[in-house]
Amino acid sequence: MKVIVNGVATITSANSTVQDLLLQLRLDSQQVVVERNRDIIPRQDFAVARLASGDVLEIVHFVGGG
Amino acid sequence: MMKITVNERNYEAAAGSTVGSIRDRIKPGAEVLVVNGFPADEDQTLVDGDHLVLIRRGETPDAEELDSLLTARHTPGVHARVKRSSIGIAGVGGLGSSVAVALARTGVGRLVIADFDLVEPTNLNRQQYYLDQLGLPKVYALRDTLARINPHLHVTACHLRLTPGNVAEIFGAIDILVEAFDRADQKAMLVETFATYFPDKPIVAGSGMAGHAPSNSIRTSRRGRNIFLCGDGCTEAAPGIGLMAPRVGIAAHHQANAVLRLLLDEDPAANFHEGIDTL
Repeated sequence: MKVIVNGVATITSANSTVQDLLLQLRLDSQQVVVERNRDIIPRQDFAVARLASGDVLEIVHFVGGG
Repeated sequence: MMKITVNERNYEAAAGSTVGSIRDRIKPGAEVLVVNGFPADEDQTLVDGDHLVLIRRGETPDAEELDSLLTARHTPGVHARVKRSSIGIAGVGGLGSSVAVALARTGVGRLVIADFDLVEPTNLNRQQYYLDQLGLPKVYALRDTLARINPHLHVTACHLRLTPGNVAEIFGAIDILVEAFDRADQKAMLVETFATYFPDKPIVAGSGMAGHAPSNSIRTSRRGRNIFLCGDGCTEAAPGIGLMAPRVGIAAHHQANAVLRLLLDEDPAANFHEGIDTL
């Protein structure tokens, strides 16, 4: 199914969770903030939050230093 | 009569008044006399439109005078909006200490600063601390420094480690949060927690500012509902790519300008000047 990630159309498998998507994008779940359709998804829910076709996701990835 | 300003306040004086006569009336004993930006003698005659500054050495301007001085530096209306604001800064290291100084100089009303850390010698390469502050908790050292810039700025200094359990309490009353941590997982924790509790309050976060890569790759972008990200997004601090004052300072001032733009209802992530605001 297709979802939008940071403005870019992305194909992911039909029953993907947020955690699956992060694995697919090779992102560390400890270093990201995820918004789905403008609402924050807390990291404790990443493994259970199932994506739906057409979901608009913002995945903000942080790197260290500041 | 002629119209001049004295310490940025409007003042009417008899035509032909000297600097000394105005000084004796308004600030007797003031040793530093400046007219239109240049040092002046007490015998100098003032004319209509002159700007006179009188300074008594060692004296701190009172709140009203300081307010006039700051207002004079900003576009009309900016200072009035800014001085009502309350800004939170999570972490006062390389990013946070520079953001705090910039916002103090800009004239914000209140800062809430939080950090568990102490001032160490290695901080001095980029953080707004001084040799005589080594060993002090950063939040207390910074509060002292900010008081030397603007003693009427209200600073709440929290010497503690921020956790999901205390973020809402510490930053509950602020208008905008600046994320200024060092570790990526801490950045994510803070942004997620604050955005969960306060989805309608903006967060200005920082990511990617190490080394001496080009300045031009540091940007401010909008990410999602109310998160703004300042940095290049990828240059991680690591052995061989340290954090250095210029580039960290650029990111910090992107953050400070983002806060200022948000207070003025402008888009921090815009690329072009929108034109002169009329107020």
